[in-house]
Order: sequence, then C-alpha cells, then structure tokens
Amino acid sequence: MSQAAVSAASRPVVDRGFRLQWETAQNAYVLLYPEGMVKLNASAGEILKRCDGENTIADITADLERAFETTALREDVVRFVAMALEKKWLQIRP
Amino acid sequence: MAANSSVSTVSAKPGPPLWLLLELTHRCPLHCAFCYNPTDYAHIAAELDTGEWIRVLREARALGAVQLGLSGGEPLARDDLEIIVAEAHGLGFYINLITSGVGLNEMRIRALKTAGLDHIQLSFQDSSQQMNDFLSSTRTFDLKSKVAALIKQYDYPMVLNVVLHRLNIDHVEEILQMALRLGAQYVELANTQYYGWAWHNREQLLPSRAQVERAERTLQAFRETVGDRMRIFFVVPDYFEKRPKPCMNGLGSIFLTIAPDGTALPCHAARMLPGLEFPNVRRASIGQIWFDSPSFNHFRGDAWMKEPCRSCPEKTRDFGGCRCQAYLLTGDAANADPVCDLSPYHHLVTEAVARADRPGPREKPLVFRSDRNSTTLFARQDGT
Repeated sequence: MSQAAVSAASRPVVDRGFRLQWETAQNAYVLLYPEGMVKLNASAGEILKRCDGENTIADITADLERAFETTALREDVVRFVAMALEKKWLQIRP
Repeated sequence: MAANSSVSTVSAKPGPPLWLLLELTHRCPLHCAFCYNPTDYAHIAAELDTGEWIRVLREARALGAVQLGLSGGEPLARDDLEIIVAEAHGLGFYINLITSGVGLNEMRIRALKTAGLDHIQLSFQDSSQQMNDFLSSTRTFDLKSKVAALIKQYDYPMVLNVVLHRLNIDHVEEILQMALRLGAQYVELANTQYYGWAWHNREQLLPSRAQVERAERTLQAFRETVGDRMRIFFVVPDYFEKRPKPCMNGLGSIFLTIAPDGTALPCHAARMLPGLEFPNVRRASIGQIWFDSPSFNHFRGDAWMKEPCRSCPEKTRDFGGCRCQAYLLTGDAANADPVCDLSPYHHLVTEAVARADRPGPREKPLVFRSDRNSTTLFARQDGT
C-alpha cells in the first residue's frame, strides 16, 4: 500500500485482527493480536486511537494539531497510516 | 546495554510479567509422545479451584500482565473455563485458548465467545487421520476438522499448530495443504522442543538433518505460492543451529507460567530445574512471587552465568539459551545451552543429530503420554 492510496477523505479503522488498548503498566498503547503484542510509541498511539472508521485522515490530522497545539502534521499522519496499512494494523473503511 | 560485558550487571527492578500462561490442568484426552508436560504429572497435587485461578488473574493483571494463554493439558477439560475466560475478559486480558479441540462443541464455543475469548489455537498432529490419530494415540482427526469449521463459523481467526518431529516432518506439504483446505490464516509449524515426554522420546522424535532441510525447502516453495493468504511460522529445530534460542527472553523477564497445582514457574518446563524452590500461588501473591522469590530472581541478569556465556558479547541477545536444555544435557542449569557451538558440551547435540541421521526405525518404542506411563516413569525416577 503506497502513501498515494491514503487520501484526506480516507477513513482508517483498526483491523479486526488487532485490539488497541491502553496499558497503564507500560505507559503506552499496545496492539494485541493472537499470541502477540506491539507496544506503540506515543505518536503512533495517538494516531491509532483516532482511527475509528468514522474520522477521516483530515479529521485525525486536525484533531491532533488541536490537541498538541501544532501544525503541519498531515504528512506524518499519512506516512504512519500507510505503514500501518502495510502491517495490516489498519484498514481503510470503504 | 553497557559495552563492558565482562562486568556482570546488577539488574534493575524487573518489568511486569506481560505474558501469563495458565496451565489449567494436566488432564488431557490426547496422549502425544512429544508433550512437554512433566513425565511425572500424574503425581502433581490437586488443581487450583475456580476462585484461586480468578485471584491469580486479578493479581497478575494488576501488575501489568496482558497476554493470557490458557493451556494444559487440555484446558477444555475444566468445566469452569467459561467463568475463567469471562473474568479475564473483564480485567482486560487478551485471551488465547491453546487447545486440541477435544471438548469444543457448539455450545461451548458460543459460551466462550460470549465470555470474551479472543483467539483459539487448534493443534493437529499430522495431515492424515491415520497419522494424526497414531501420534496422539486417539481417534480425534475428524473431530478436530469439525472444530476447525466451528472456529470459522464463530468468526475466530484460524490458527493451526502442528508440532513437527521425525515421524511427521516429511508431511509438511500435506500439512500445509490441509491448513489451506481448513481456511487457516496462520499456521505454526513448531519443531519439537525436547522437554518432558519429548525428552524421554528424543531418539525417536529427532529428525535427520536431511529431513529438516527438505521441510524448509518445501515450506519456502509453499510460502511463495500461497503469499499473503496464509502466514506460516516455522519454529526452528534448535538442535540443528549453532546459537541457542533466547529462551523466554531470559527467565523472569516477561513470562510467568502457573502450573495446575499453583506452582509459579518462569518457563513452563522450569519445574525440572534442581535446587530451586518454586513458589506456589496458594501461599504467596503474584507480586511476591514475581519480584521477591529467590527462584525467580536466580536467573535474572547475568551473575549466574558461567563461561563461555559470561564474557560473551552475545549474552544480551540469547541470555545463554535455555536453562532446562542446559540442565538436561549437561547436568548444570547454569551452563551455556549446548546448542551453542561455543559450549564445551556442544558435541552432545551434534552426536544426537548424528544418531538421528542414521536411517531406519529406532530401537526403543515411543512412550505415549498417559497416566499409567506417568506412574511408571515416576516410580523409575524414584528408584523404586
């Protein structure tokens, strides 16, 4: 999946093969799957928790920019979502 | 990690036991000769009751445990499995059921789904009814096929596990074809690890090098054909390697096993290690066990290591390999895992492989896991 496949209107959702969960003991979001776990860094966690199949890439970017009082996150979000699609962590809701 | 590897490090407080494996019972309808359960299981004390398992779940979750394996024996032999799953789900565990499928009917899978079970790993012993039923010493192949259909029907990812050894490793192609037919998304081909019953039967189970190489070629070709449709994990047979596996990521680092009688272990085979008094959840909390018990602290860090591990730059990668394998093969659990070709005992592994390269049937018969054989082996080790 190339970055070109991710547009501002794409609605990513965590793939049903994974469960996203906050873990206090690890102070991190984790992705849980059969007999495995990915510990996410802070920015990956912040992006993934907004991928609910309703928010578009534009919504997610705007929300993150508001939450962290910054701008120009769009490229980072697209790059991460493209990577997460490749790893099957995310799907684009049709 | 500091570069001055000759100085043994005093490890900081260990992290949480992220992985919790509950061996709910040693009862099992199968009689697999490659089982890692202890050969004297028939003499291990009574199983924890429902309330005790629930306390284990609560205490471990509070420490940060999150991946939960429910295993055994056959966990479906416990009629409170649904209660245990429901409690674990409520606590936020990701719950993996590791099962032979025996005992999983539609009523139970529906109840387990409702209780919040996340995943089922179903074992097969081979690709044909004849071999599956011979290797498990049961008639279970057709039943397992039905269970596979139920797993699909209840919308679980289909994860098949097949333990490989001398008697079935030549059927890798057929096993993978069967997995495709059953609609598996993941297949774990796990070469036998030689503990418990498998250790007792090692001479009959260890494949030849030619068999292993043929299986790896078959697997590679199959992966190229099938692509993304089915993912295949191959657990390498460590006897054929030159470096040991990073067993459990180091004992006491992330894995915690609770045996059916409540004994807490840093690895499901560790009960065999001599000189260590493993604590029991009936007498101590999970926090006391994980952080304070001498047996869990014993193999943390590298102060316990001997040469060649102690001064080895690779010790932070493989932690000296497997303590149980070191003990079984060399008599000292603090030695390097003899799979490592730097170990002075490496010849014990290469000699076993050389014996496996000899064709023809083995001299000793397979000893299948059963209560009767367990009692016999227990008496023998007792010297009576």
